[in-house]
Amino acid sequence: MSRLEQHSAYNYLRHTKKFPNVWCAGCGIGIVMGALIRAIDHLELDQNDVALVSGIGCTGRMPVYMDFNTMHTTHGRALAFATGLKLAQPRLKVIVIMGDGDALAIGGNHFLHAARRNMDLTAIVVNNAIYGMTGGQYSPTTPIDLRATTAPYGNVEPPIPVGELAIAAGAAFVARGTVYHAVELDRLIAQAIQKEGFSLVEAVSYCHTTLGRINKLGTAGDMMNTIKNNSVTLSAAEKMSEEDRQAKIVRGVLRDVERPGYLRLYDQVIERAIAQEASHAG
Amino acid sequence: MTLKLMQGNEAVAMGALAAGCRFYAGYPITPSTEIAEVLSRQLPKLGGKFIQMEDEIASMAAIIGASIGGLKSMTATSGPGFSLMQENLGYAVMTETPCVVANVQRLGPSTGQPTSASQGDVMQARWGTHGDHPIIALSPTSVPQAFDLTVTAFNFSEKYRTPVILLLDEVIGHMRERFDMPDFENVQRVERLGVNVPPEWYKPYGDSVSDVPPMANFGDGYRYHVTGLFHDPMGYPTQRLDEIEAWIQRVNRKIERNLDEIILTEADGLEGAQTVVVAYGATVRSARHAVKLARQRRHKVGLLSLLTIWPFAEAEVARLAQNCRRIVVPEMNLGQLALEVERVAGRSKVRRVNLANGEMIHPQMILEAIEAH
Ligand SMILES: Cc1ncc(C[n+]2csc(CCOP(=O)(O)OP(=O)(O)O)c2C)c(N)n1
Ligand code: SF4
Repeated sequence: MSRLEQHSAYNYLRHTKKFPNVWCAGCGIGIVMGALIRAIDHLELDQNDVALVSGIGCTGRMPVYMDFNTMHTTHGRALAFATGLKLAQPRLKVIVIMGDGDALAIGGNHFLHAARRNMDLTAIVVNNAIYGMTGGQYSPTTPIDLRATTAPYGNVEPPIPVGELAIAAGAAFVARGTVYHAVELDRLIAQAIQKEGFSLVEAVSYCHTTLGRINKLGTAGDMMNTIKNNSVTLSAAEKMSEEDRQAKIVRGVLRDVERPGYLRLYDQVIERAIAQEASHAG
Repeated sequence: MTLKLMQGNEAVAMGALAAGCRFYAGYPITPSTEIAEVLSRQLPKLGGKFIQMEDEIASMAAIIGASIGGLKSMTATSGPGFSLMQENLGYAVMTETPCVVANVQRLGPSTGQPTSASQGDVMQARWGTHGDHPIIALSPTSVPQAFDLTVTAFNFSEKYRTPVILLLDEVIGHMRERFDMPDFENVQRVERLGVNVPPEWYKPYGDSVSDVPPMANFGDGYRYHVTGLFHDPMGYPTQRLDEIEAWIQRVNRKIERNLDEIILTEADGLEGAQTVVVAYGATVRSARHAVKLARQRRHKVGLLSLLTIWPFAEAEVARLAQNCRRIVVPEMNLGQLALEVERVAGRSKVRRVNLANGEMIHPQMILEAIEAH
């Protein structure tokens, strides 16, 4: 066995699909892909029982490289496609992979409602704070005052806190990690996949090619260091003042509650319908 | 059989169940809502699933997802919602995913007049989503036919791996008629062509004899890729010109080669007719009456009812045009399918009868066009 074949990711990649991938050298999306593979490997899921559904964007290109049931849908709509797939094939673990624009701008409505329904899906949002694929326009998570190709004078729109929005909408599990803390990210994704109902992992991964270049934030490596220096664990954040905390990327499990997932609730609907039919017939 | 007084929308819902539909996702909109209401009640009894999505974009997405998961799926809507579905309708074309979209047309554009009849979405059904693509659209003329054509819509969608549009109008959707609904066991159902090779050999978009590749459902052990990008036979994105061209050719060919089966029409007295009325949807009902009156006045008039609107019955209309003097095309719009008839028969032969104020076309209007010199 070659060293490559010994690598845990080897069995999960599509060797018929030509590498290299579409991402820029140094992009964090590949790290999220690695974390996802390690999480699935750790959980020992059968590849046939996993479906990856993505939207459009740099992040949306992730599923094609991986050997599962994979679906690259339309911009913003991945959660809605995944909802149909999950209801048709409840046995599948359906994991939805989206960029921040994908999940929260064009797909914001679906995000809200998938969380509200507690739909049995795991959503992974790669938050690179910009529209990467289209070349660096500001997104709903671009920090205030940073520039983008469509915010040449600085962004004035306040960013959406992704995790907090999912919590408000009713998600059962919400976590935030970063591509600097890859091992932690594996664990968060594994936890999310095991959860009944809607689970979300936000993976912070700044885009050096657009956000970085336009704002002179340094190389891919420099931006990794920024993530490292700017993030704190949840327990550390709790000891900080509100103001200090606001400036930080807070990592960890932000919410973990038991709530029946949509599938279990809909099974009740089926039971009631059948019972009613039987009582009418009887 | 159960004899019932049934509404067109209800007949669509029952037709869907008879065809084997087990998943519905939709968003309420007049005049289509009854389809959702009936299915929300009936589907769970059969172990099927109904979900009211957050909008029509999501509804269209969800039915595609469910179909890829192996369930026969549909949604129903009207004008504004149909507009929202267009992008994902194109995704269904591109990924060759069977599904049925009922559009109970109302008067537009925009919010228009929700409870008024219209046939204003004929061209939208053809070209609503961007890019060159084939599409099938069926339009019933009665309640029993709403049932039958819904079954046919599912059968075509499964057989040809394509979205099929059911283009009703408000009249057919809301009208009640006597209907001897067949037992579902007696309804002919077509299932998508399954895969009979081991996973290593499966090419999800590979060439097959019929141009319609066998379809594996997610979860069946065939792990493959589905994308709205142009893709190669393995389903992977491609930028190769030959592969893109091959895809476009095949997907159009799979419909074009089967026009004989797909184009459904009803002919009434076309032999020797000097004037032929070409109509579809509720307008056929006015046309039938007009034709009857005209025959009483000894005019040689025939009626061609188009149950399949898209693909257009080009060969049939061309044949008619050779033998008749005039073709009358009544439509509840300003002339949409008439454009196709004119293209095939020549403008000078065609007389349009149009009404686009939300009312049905009166037989008298058609009769006048038949009699006009
Ligand atoms: C309906 C629609 N509108 C716009 C686009 C163009 N588009 C493609 S990707 C993208 C944004 C990508 O940003 P994001 O979702 O944050 O993902 P990233 O590329 O940063 O991973 C846009 C606007 C599209 N494909 N579809
Ligand atoms: S543009 Fe940005 S997000 Fe896209 S691949 Fe390059 S670095 Fe990654």
